[in-house]
Amino acid sequence: MTQLIEALSYPFVQRAIAAGVMISLCAALLGVILVLKQYSLIGHGLGDVGFASTSLAVALGLPVMAVSIPIVVVAACLIMFWSQRSKTGGDTAIGMVATGALSIGVIITAMSSGFNVDVNGYMFGSILAMSRDDVIFSVMLSIVILVLFILFYNRLFLITFDENFAKASGIRVGFYQFLIALLTALTVVMGMRMMGSLLISSLIIFPAVIARKLVVSFKAVAVLSVFLSVICFLAGLVLSFEMNLPTGASIVIINLVLLAAVSIFNKLRGR
Amino acid sequence: MTILEVKDVSVIYSDDKRVAVEHASFKIEAGEYACIIGSNGSGKSTLVKGIVGLVPITSGQVIHELSPEQYAYLSQITEIERDFPATVREVVLTGMQRSARRFPFYTREDRRKAAEAMEMLGISNLADYRIGNLSGGQKQRVLLARALCREPKLLILDEPCAGLDPAITAEFYSLIDHINKEQGVTILMVSHDLDQVEQYAGHIIMMNQTVEFDGDHDAWCRRCAEEGGHYHDTVN
Repeated sequence: MTQLIEALSYPFVQRAIAAGVMISLCAALLGVILVLKQYSLIGHGLGDVGFASTSLAVALGLPVMAVSIPIVVVAACLIMFWSQRSKTGGDTAIGMVATGALSIGVIITAMSSGFNVDVNGYMFGSILAMSRDDVIFSVMLSIVILVLFILFYNRLFLITFDENFAKASGIRVGFYQFLIALLTALTVVMGMRMMGSLLISSLIIFPAVIARKLVVSFKAVAVLSVFLSVICFLAGLVLSFEMNLPTGASIVIINLVLLAAVSIFNKLRGR
Repeated sequence: MTILEVKDVSVIYSDDKRVAVEHASFKIEAGEYACIIGSNGSGKSTLVKGIVGLVPITSGQVIHELSPEQYAYLSQITEIERDFPATVREVVLTGMQRSARRFPFYTREDRRKAAEAMEMLGISNLADYRIGNLSGGQKQRVLLARALCREPKLLILDEPCAGLDPAITAEFYSLIDHINKEQGVTILMVSHDLDQVEQYAGHIIMMNQTVEFDGDHDAWCRRCAEEGGHYHDTVN
């Protein structure tokens, strides 16, 4: 514990925590929509695309965020577009994009420098590797995502609940789907550094799944998801400091334990 | 006054080139209670989806005298996941969302209208329940409240009672009749329940890819008598 308190006095640790809280918050909010629309795997697919773009950026010696953001945004829009066109094609589209991107990433890495520390960090995450610029950028982007989510909250709920009614009311559903894809892509790119491209989707999926087991309304699920996500992030961080474990994996384990506890709690009270 | 005109509309599905609706034309006048009937696969649902913009029209024209704000659409009972987190109140409020609206949040006025719609349909006591846990009839009342709270001039319904039991269905039709008579809302409903249609509808349109019959209730009865029950059998 003393070690942890000592660590907290370093500015780079404080910055990492600030960024982590903001990213957890965004991922949880978007997760509510993605889980209910049964697009849970989008985050995972985009994580893999993020890995490919990271490998590319590292191989070319370019800044990772600058390369990743456009590539992941385009991938997110493509996945949305394909899922809309065919009724059952969403998971297939994600599966192909994810494995395709992962393979491209592995080949780029093999051809350039091999699996060096950078790429490894991007696969499994390392919160303290976040640079000052990464942190500032993440916090700013998170604020933008939050504001957009709150402004469009009612529309997003309507589209999540009943797309046809929205369309029949003359609402441009395509625009909001694009918005969801865009915000998800940005969250994935930000979260990749902390959680790792292979684990980022957990930040999107777990809080929403846990929250919907506990409360009834959409608003309550959104608020509780955010709360749980931040709590799990902080608890995961403590676990990783104390046990000297990777941050991303520790956060996932905390989420998993909480999910199990909530499931048992629900069983016991007969729901 | 004509509030909706369907002019020579055809709908051909792009994936299998199936012709669902062929050269359909009719007009809906303000204040009437119109029903579209026809056997399964006669294109009646597709036509209505074309009217509200859920299915692209291949040729012809749908002329709306009303803006999308002024009509409301109630679809067939759709599967709502049991544990979908959405309360009745949240769902009814979505009826207040309009395309042209810039202000992103619900106003006090919106909440009042939603509460009134719930009150009218007798579902106020369910306001904080999860919609997925309600029965089919209750769900349809919630979705009707959602359609009504924006105070539409035209209510378009697509087989709202499919899958509901006869008692609930009869109740639902009488409710729609009440909305038509008391509030002056024009009704355009796709229906399978011929008995109910003959009891309430003033304007009957029968589809069989194209419009086979289009006239008022009396004309429909005369036609049925002439045909010796043939139309009844086709529809049923």
